[in-house]
Amino acid sequence: MAHYTITIAGDSALNLSFAESISPETSTAIRMAADNLSDDPIHGVTELVPTFCSLMVCYNPLIISYDELVKALSTKLHDIGSIDLSVRHIVHIPVCYGGEYGPDLQTVADHAHMSAQEAIAIHSQHDYLIDMLGFLPGFAYLGGLDERLATPRLATPRTRIETGSVGIGGTQTGIYPLPSPGGWQIIGRTPLRPYDPNRKNPILYQAGEYIRFEPISPDEYSAIETQIAANSYQYHFSVEED
Amino acid sequence: MGIVVKKPGVATTVQDRGRVGYMGSGFSPSGVMDRRAFLIANTLVENDLDACVLEYALVGPTVRFTMPTFIALTGGDFAPKLDGKEIPLYTAIPVKRGSVLSMGSSRCGVYGYLAIAGGSLNVKPIMGSRSTNLKCELGGWKGRTLEAGDYIPFQTKGVEFMSNLGSHRIPNDPIYPPPGHEVTLRVVPGPQYDMFSIEGKHTFFNDRFTTTVKCDRMGYRLDGPQIQTVHGSDIISDGIAFGAVQVPAHGRPIIMLADRQTTGGYAKIGTIVSVDIPKLVQSRPGTSIRFAPVTVHEAQTSYRDEATYLHNLAKSVRRPCADGISPRRTARRLMPILEQQAKESQHESLWINSSEKERA
Repeated sequence: MAHYTITIAGDSALNLSFAESISPETSTAIRMAADNLSDDPIHGVTELVPTFCSLMVCYNPLIISYDELVKALSTKLHDIGSIDLSVRHIVHIPVCYGGEYGPDLQTVADHAHMSAQEAIAIHSQHDYLIDMLGFLPGFAYLGGLDERLATPRLATPRTRIETGSVGIGGTQTGIYPLPSPGGWQIIGRTPLRPYDPNRKNPILYQAGEYIRFEPISPDEYSAIETQIAANSYQYHFSVEED
Repeated sequence: MGIVVKKPGVATTVQDRGRVGYMGSGFSPSGVMDRRAFLIANTLVENDLDACVLEYALVGPTVRFTMPTFIALTGGDFAPKLDGKEIPLYTAIPVKRGSVLSMGSSRCGVYGYLAIAGGSLNVKPIMGSRSTNLKCELGGWKGRTLEAGDYIPFQTKGVEFMSNLGSHRIPNDPIYPPPGHEVTLRVVPGPQYDMFSIEGKHTFFNDRFTTTVKCDRMGYRLDGPQIQTVHGSDIISDGIAFGAVQVPAHGRPIIMLADRQTTGGYAKIGTIVSVDIPKLVQSRPGTSIRFAPVTVHEAQTSYRDEATYLHNLAKSVRRPCADGISPRRTARRLMPILEQQAKESQHESLWINSSEKERA
């Protein structure tokens, strides 16, 4: 079992930290710990929030104290197995980069000392593993951003970022499923709705799947937007094996 | 049977304890901002403690009741009036069919709560909760804040047997400091306490901060000296607990509350002790705030102490005569009055006057 350390997040939550940096192994260990704790719950645990390097465990301190929970966790998590990672489920996401949809594309390109076109090519050239959903319903945090594109967050977060915005925050990239305040550099936008409460699956993807960004023009963006509004858009999913 | 919204107030929503168990998919827990005031409101009308309430901020709503029940108002003071007469907070109050409860802007505090006896508002739970998640337009009343003309049914089960609810009241809750006073919030350091410099930690626990106008259900932004980190405040995003004190690059704390995002990428210097959060959320803009460090064990002791306090409060409230008036003594005092009235009205068929008869 992967080693973890515990950090305290107040009187009703704690974090199990599995590593200092993002890796598929860490992500796997966290997903297994989360699965284990949801299949066979500890009485008093109310929430499990898996993230890149840690798992937040929220609990009711009237039912289980910090010390009791720490003990229960170490008993439960000392032995967990491994997951087969060779089959990849891919969700295709068309993205219009730059312009009004991606106001920070140039900032990211300048930071990486390259042209906007190169930044787009690098961002869309490979698939991203969904490490976790969080921050907002359906906000996918994606592992595997090319290091050259890593750009610090805005010093002062924007008060509103539109639905479908694709951003870069530090070494991470992701899609905003709903309008929200946020501090990421916005490089593009997808006309798809990652979260739609009226769709059969309100959230388009889940942790463990891959996202493939496909660059589109503003015209294509408008065309897809119209199809989605008319409920005639065909979402594109595929399965690949190594 | 329910309430008709005449004036919606500002940010009036249906809330309960929150939507628990969906943070992992990215859903904010929502739920009441001031859990203590919420629990006391339900206690006063003998509701289940998880029953939903109306929460309002800045300006309270004005509603008409289409059937008799009991209500209790707690939290902020919005100058509540029932049919034009001012009514007290922290008291179970009978309302009649057609009664109008009107509220103004907040005189004290920020969030107010209205609980209705009999199990409260009859809205459908979504994902285990009746709380409104405004961002997702989910839960509560149509996933939104109330609007004029809304009609929200409430449960009326057993309300007619609750006449003794009228004696349920407690003195205004002493935990809230009077307006203008400094508020001290206890904080459990972590999870990224070590990312802050020695000066940063010193600033956080020794300097004074103030609440700003940028305070809402998502979070409270404070102003004050810059809290220094060692190597910046960006972290690999992790989970955010209720009351987490997040410090972005600008160095001023943001306290993450009911409608917070579930995860975030700024370092968190500490987490406010659960039982102190009501003091924060009821602080109006410009309130001085200080932070004091405590251990997780001390914080959990406070949590249990509050649970015991609220449990005892519920017991004392439910005694039929909370004010210590003995029914026998009351009857003895009433007797001569009734006899006198009976003597005066001997020539009338009934000594109850006609207007009272109508009301009865």
